Amino acid sequence: MSLTTTLPRSTTAPVAARPARRTRRAGVPYAFLAPGLLLFTLLLAAPIVYAGYLSLRKVKVSGLGLGSKSRTEVWAGLSNYARSMTDPEWLPSVYRILGYGLIVVPAMLGLALLMALLLDANRTRPALSSFARISIFLPYAVPAVVASLLWGFLYLPRVSPFAYALEKFGITAPELLSSSWVLYAVANVAVWGGTGFNMIVIYTALKAVPTSLYESARIDGASEFAIAWRIKIPIVLPSLIMTFVFSLIATLQVFAEPMTLKPLSNTISFTWTPLMKVYRDAFVRNDIYAAAATSVVIAVATFLLSFGFLKLVGRRAFNQEDS
Amino acid sequence: MSKKIAPVLASLTAAALFLTTACSSSDDSSDSGTTGTEKVALTYWSWAPNMDKVVEGWNSTHPNIQVTVNKQDGGDPAVTKLLTAIKAGSGAPDVMQAEYQKIPTLVSADALADISKQAGSLKDKFPAAVWNSVTLGGDALYGVPQDSGPLMFFYRSDVFEKNGLQAPKTWDDYAAAAEKIHKANPKQYLGTFSATDAGLFTGLAQQAGASWWGVNGDSWTVNVNDAATQKVAAYWGGLVEKGTVDNKPMYTPEWNAALNDGSQVGWVSAVWAPGVLEGSAKDTKGKWKAAPMPQWDTAAPATGNWGGSATSVTSQSKHPKEAAEFITWLNSDPAALKLLAGTANVYPAANDASSALTTPPAFFSDQADFYTIAAEAGKQAKSFTYGPNVNVAYSAFNDAFGKAAEAKKAAAFTESLATIQKATVDDMKNSGFTVAG
Repeated sequence: MSLTTTLPRSTTAPVAARPARRTRRAGVPYAFLAPGLLLFTLLLAAPIVYAGYLSLRKVKVSGLGLGSKSRTEVWAGLSNYARSMTDPEWLPSVYRILGYGLIVVPAMLGLALLMALLLDANRTRPALSSFARISIFLPYAVPAVVASLLWGFLYLPRVSPFAYALEKFGITAPELLSSSWVLYAVANVAVWGGTGFNMIVIYTALKAVPTSLYESARIDGASEFAIAWRIKIPIVLPSLIMTFVFSLIATLQVFAEPMTLKPLSNTISFTWTPLMKVYRDAFVRNDIYAAAATSVVIAVATFLLSFGFLKLVGRRAFNQEDS
Repeated sequence: MSKKIAPVLASLTAAALFLTTACSSSDDSSDSGTTGTEKVALTYWSWAPNMDKVVEGWNSTHPNIQVTVNKQDGGDPAVTKLLTAIKAGSGAPDVMQAEYQKIPTLVSADALADISKQAGSLKDKFPAAVWNSVTLGGDALYGVPQDSGPLMFFYRSDVFEKNGLQAPKTWDDYAAAAEKIHKANPKQYLGTFSATDAGLFTGLAQQAGASWWGVNGDSWTVNVNDAATQKVAAYWGGLVEKGTVDNKPMYTPEWNAALNDGSQVGWVSAVWAPGVLEGSAKDTKGKWKAAPMPQWDTAAPATGNWGGSATSVTSQSKHPKEAAEFITWLNSDPAALKLLAGTANVYPAANDASSALTTPPAFFSDQADFYTIAAEAGKQAKSFTYGPNVNVAYSAFNDAFGKAAEAKKAAAFTESLATIQKATVDDMKNSGFTVAG
């Protein structure tokens, strides 16, 4: 490719060749982009547009609704949105994930940062550090459904080895899936599964810091803690922001963990999180129109929150990286 | 020129290849539409165990109508898949196992074919209540009944003996037995109220005389909050509030362990319970006994159903005639009934089934009269009409009764019925159904 395009350049006069080359090259970037754009259109943009369309439609039944041709699809205006947003279960589910996010995001990122700093502080023993790194990362490789099933077993008093052990000491283990604990129980699964990934992101950023910075800090008399607080954390701030945005999106879309734990308890309802409500409407109630309306609302909220946050902190954080 | 286009072409071809493979993998079931009239291939979605072995009996004698069983995960996921295929316009099987309570929903979504012309003469071979659920009370026929699940009561005979108890004849007896057992051993319960099993609660309401939906001319009626259901909800709410029955859901690892270690010593369930107990409570083999349901009124014994399904032809089948022929054989031919009972472990709905059911299930091998009790229960099932949005009512049940069971308040149980009633009616009105009352 590069061979054939450079050949004419040597034989023709440069002035004449330039416009020809430009037109020839103009299509090439688009050709390289084409597969990505095509897949993006088919698998992301088109479904979003279709969901938007569905959210404005509804089914109208005539008569008893039995037999063929008794159902027709009609325009619904914004009634699906009104119905979704005024559903008495909608606001509780939103508040619930707010509480969930307040537990998960600080706990997960705090743990991830702490572990990354501890691993980084000990650069002298690579074997030990790589073992620790892998074992912290490993839960991330366990699918959320499997993780929730595993934790579900640990939460149920009769099958949990922890409850068994506590009972041997005469302590009755709390019912972790009862209404007062269930939010923490679900959050715990997410923290367990997500810490490793975030730790790796932060740790990788730490590895990129030149050791000369630490040496000069030590010469200036800085303690390890001061190095972590005044040098390492400010330098990895962009990574922290990125992991925060990822965690924020994951919180808004939490689904697999509560959905898997749901049949084990009375406390997780069909509308426990907004995305579970979408699932219920689409696949339990067979009302894809209400489901489409709710998913559009969730998508817009996710977009606004993540970009709003990036706009708020982005410039400051990324400027720091440049300097 | 060609150089400019080459990369575009290459990427387009790649994308096209990707798309064709992606599409072709999704419509594996529509290739049954052969044009020839001689050989017909049918696909059959079912979740009954060993159904492929039952179907072998048909395939070996009907070389021109070959049926392939496609094993499903269960009733709910199969219905979700079917409705998605119906919406998409292709991908549905020819024949489908459909639970009775899902039939109105499927009919309403235009997913099932009316086979009254092909199989209309079967009526006398099935109990009236079961036949009603495949005709929905009209002239159309949306499937052939396969199995039924009359409610029965199962208990640990050793625990009952130790406490000097008899199998409860009435619900008052059941409450007294539950209290006595729990008092004698605070870790033991005679049962649990499971908020995740709306089907069982529906069966209990059916036994008490409720029928949650009904047809009145051109409009539907919804009666989830009627006196009979109120009575059932208040009864179980009272037991949960007192603490004499547990409030945890069934079908969890916790519940399995409780059955197996003797913490749960009774189960209000259906005729198919032995199979479940065999899996969950294998250490207690030989200690269980089956009995007829406790009654509200011993003078007029009644029971309800939990589970049971029909075999239906879908509206996308290109061979409804052959499919109807197959399901007629499957659910009414004596040889097929024997296979269903013996190999697939279902309790056939057909009247002829008693000849196929002579030996009790393995887990109840000491109880020779197991199927006599079951047959008696089958005859006592009260009639119950399901509506076109059972799934809405059931999911509302899960949420409302989940809260009530967690709160352990009898008042919350009876109040939950109003919540379910409202959710069900609102959903129907929103879709444009005419709902009376």
